[in-house]
Amino acid sequence: MVNFKVVGRRMPRKDALEKVTGEAIYGTDVKLPRMLYGAILRSPYAHAEIIKINTDKAKKIPGVRVVITGEDTPNPFGFFGHLCPDYADRFLLERDKVRFIGDEVAAVAAIDLDTAQEAVNLIEVEYKVLLGVFSPDEAMKPGAPVIHKKFPDNVLTTKSFNIGDKEKGFAEANYIFEETYTTHAVAPSCLEVHQCVANWGQSSRLTVWSTTQMPFFLRKHLAEVLDLPESKVRVIKTFAGGGFGSRMDMHAIDGIAAVLAKKADCPVWMAHNREEEFFASRFRHPFTIKVKTGVTRTSKLTAVDMSAIIENGAYTSMSPGVAICAGQGSPHLYRVDNFSYEAKIVYTNNPYGGAYRGFGNPQSNFAFERHIDLMAKALNLDPIKFRLINAHKKGDINILGHKFYSCGFQECMKQATEKINWYEKYGKTNHSENKRRGLGLAGGFHTAAGARVHGNSDGCGAFIKLEDDGKVIVIIGGQEIGQGANTVFAQIAAEELGVRYEDVHIENTDTDIIPWDIGAHASRTTFICGNAVKKAAAKVKNILLSEAARKLKVNLGELETAEGIIYVKKSPEHSIYISDVARTIHYHQQGQQVLIGAFYDPPTEVPDSMGRGNKAAAYAFAVHAVEVEVDLETGHIEVLQMVGAHDVGKAINPASVEGQIEGGMVQGLGSAIFEELIWEEGRTVNPNFLDYRIPGALDVKRIETILVETDDPLGPFGAKGIGEIALVPTAAAIANAVSNAIDVQITEIPITPEKILKALRERRE
Amino acid sequence: MIQLYVNGDLYEVLASTSKTLLDLLRNDLELTGTKEGCGTGECGACTVLMNGKVVNSCLVNSLEVNDSEIITIEGIANKGELHPVQKAFIEYGAIQCGFCSPGMIISVVSLLERNPHPSEEEVRKAISGNLCRCTGYKKIVEATIAASKGEVNP
Repeated sequence: MVNFKVVGRRMPRKDALEKVTGEAIYGTDVKLPRMLYGAILRSPYAHAEIIKINTDKAKKIPGVRVVITGEDTPNPFGFFGHLCPDYADRFLLERDKVRFIGDEVAAVAAIDLDTAQEAVNLIEVEYKVLLGVFSPDEAMKPGAPVIHKKFPDNVLTTKSFNIGDKEKGFAEANYIFEETYTTHAVAPSCLEVHQCVANWGQSSRLTVWSTTQMPFFLRKHLAEVLDLPESKVRVIKTFAGGGFGSRMDMHAIDGIAAVLAKKADCPVWMAHNREEEFFASRFRHPFTIKVKTGVTRTSKLTAVDMSAIIENGAYTSMSPGVAICAGQGSPHLYRVDNFSYEAKIVYTNNPYGGAYRGFGNPQSNFAFERHIDLMAKALNLDPIKFRLINAHKKGDINILGHKFYSCGFQECMKQATEKINWYEKYGKTNHSENKRRGLGLAGGFHTAAGARVHGNSDGCGAFIKLEDDGKVIVIIGGQEIGQGANTVFAQIAAEELGVRYEDVHIENTDTDIIPWDIGAHASRTTFICGNAVKKAAAKVKNILLSEAARKLKVNLGELETAEGIIYVKKSPEHSIYISDVARTIHYHQQGQQVLIGAFYDPPTEVPDSMGRGNKAAAYAFAVHAVEVEVDLETGHIEVLQMVGAHDVGKAINPASVEGQIEGGMVQGLGSAIFEELIWEEGRTVNPNFLDYRIPGALDVKRIETILVETDDPLGPFGAKGIGEIALVPTAAAIANAVSNAIDVQITEIPITPEKILKALRERRE
Repeated sequence: MIQLYVNGDLYEVLASTSKTLLDLLRNDLELTGTKEGCGTGECGACTVLMNGKVVNSCLVNSLEVNDSEIITIEGIANKGELHPVQKAFIEYGAIQCGFCSPGMIISVVSLLERNPHPSEEEVRKAISGNLCRCTGYKKIVEATIAASKGEVNP
């Protein structure tokens, strides 16, 4: 094990000081001279034609500058519009038809929010109300109301893979198990709502200040929806109060702010209020997944068949990607020769989902890891052994072609079960009269290094600029969204170059300046962007050492760097400051400032239509183990302890990695026990933090994290990603624990008290 | 017009029924450190100290704050020297996106003033009104306990 100087240490975060003093400027804090405030008129109907809009009264209110309708936003948009035009099925403001309660119909820019809202309330819309459909089953019935003309059966698309021969696989099995699992809509609940500040200025160039996770995609989508070349759009990324995937896709509010700003010739600030955030921002898609598996007498899986119905909601954000990712998730931690998957994406007149941490895998992981326990119980198998017998190992290639250059699943299983005292506690129930305790665990598998799914690039560019005083400026496309990316970049640069962490500054907020990166998604930032930093830093180091070798009259190989100093390894007193070398290179005839760029694109493949291909250069493996206590009278579940053991490759900053796992597990706890967006005939019933409860400090008892370091050969200093895997196996682990505690079949999350009591009643009957 | 002290400075501002203390702080005084997370007193992002007590500033009307002393996150550090709680939050990795941090820090500072050596359970109770979506609360609790014990690097 190499002893690193900066990597592997709990360095204080680069942005911690700004955040802890209130100095940090978030999207909603941005204020520009002459700035107006925008508000949106939203449809009160789940499904209706827009017959007429009258904005006269609204326009007359003093302080109102601009009122716009669908006439002003004629271009459709959609996240995957570039891959398939059918997926661009929404407009910034709808012109002909509204399809969910909350759909954007008109917008106002005024001198303050109250005035804007007052004007919105005076916009008159005549609707012709249509019948709506509020579940995939309803939507797929013959004769159901058609939501989008292009899709008369309300099915957007069906994604399917068929690898091997499932009939043969099931024929080989000694036992076959079938069960259906259900998950509901879960809201990311970022503490900061979705927002946009847009300004055109005199140059007819749009600048937006955004909390987006993907500045270059936002630039692209704004350009498309506004009919501009990308060079006319500039995105400046502010600090963001959470993201978790919800800030990947352009929201209607982003484009609406831009259109208002153009017409008003003023900057316009727009933000959802908290209610709007629940139904007008993206959330995790509800899934119903039927799992069918075949197992031999020797506990080997022979075939897995999964068929899913995914509720799209009224429009399409990321669902085609979510559908594919769900099929590339959990079962593929295990060796399966015959795998078939089908996911149907169905429109309804409910609000529409999108990306949220895990991107389909939390749903498929819940189903599959619950299913493993279901099989284990029926066959009287130890749930740990059953998983280990079937799990892939380091060096394997799974049925989808994922190459496991590193894999710490086995070690994660060992350490997680030890930490929670599994063998001492499992099956030895700790009964009080009305409470039952149980243990459960789940395996987790996800990408840890992006996914090559967008136009055959998954790369990131980074420049390093060396200042005359030895300070290092890293100018990079990779994005900080609160996960600690800037800190990781600085630690990697400092380690590779041999400078102090304090002397590295990260610059990554302006699309006019920074090199390209897709953005923070698919757990790619540490691995891909970290590698870009390392690559650039290595080039800089080489230039510095070459010059230093000349000055010190030694060979390059005799030199090393540390703390901003280049020294001769055998006689460290022979040394020179990096800053001196930088100045020497800069200040002579035809010299230059040390300014070096690098682009890192991982050695991965675009998956084929069967989902096959090594989409990522590294994968994440984890085991979550949980102890719960269930109250038989109230149905209340208390999560006593959660243990998350993760193969992280190498923890660049252990505190940050732990923080991601702790946060991910608590988000997972929320989705397992109490979080559900509830819709009644399309109306969001619980759009507030009282009725949509996210975990608070009292809901979390003990959390332990275990970092297993497997030193991935392709990761920067061995590191892999953690962002999504941190959450993925949590709900299944909790459901398995509840199932163990009270001996009922849990097939649906969230596991509410009502569901517990109902299951207990049914078991008694 | 009302008068109030914010972080030790005296201000005169226009109050109205439609303006909350949160609006006053963020818009009139441009102290954007205090955040709006929900506007209905459920998330704690807007937490400030009012006359020594922890309040959700989104629920306090501007007309109620005449002659009050308000402390916001911008007033927690002392002439550039960070408060031990701020140092602890940095050192123990208690900040990720940071949006909950201002309100969270106010709640923690207030707790430690009332109860200098809280148990873990008491810490969790004190911050139960401050929602955090990123951290899972563990490092926030650890940082708070460390600050209470003086186990913070200078």
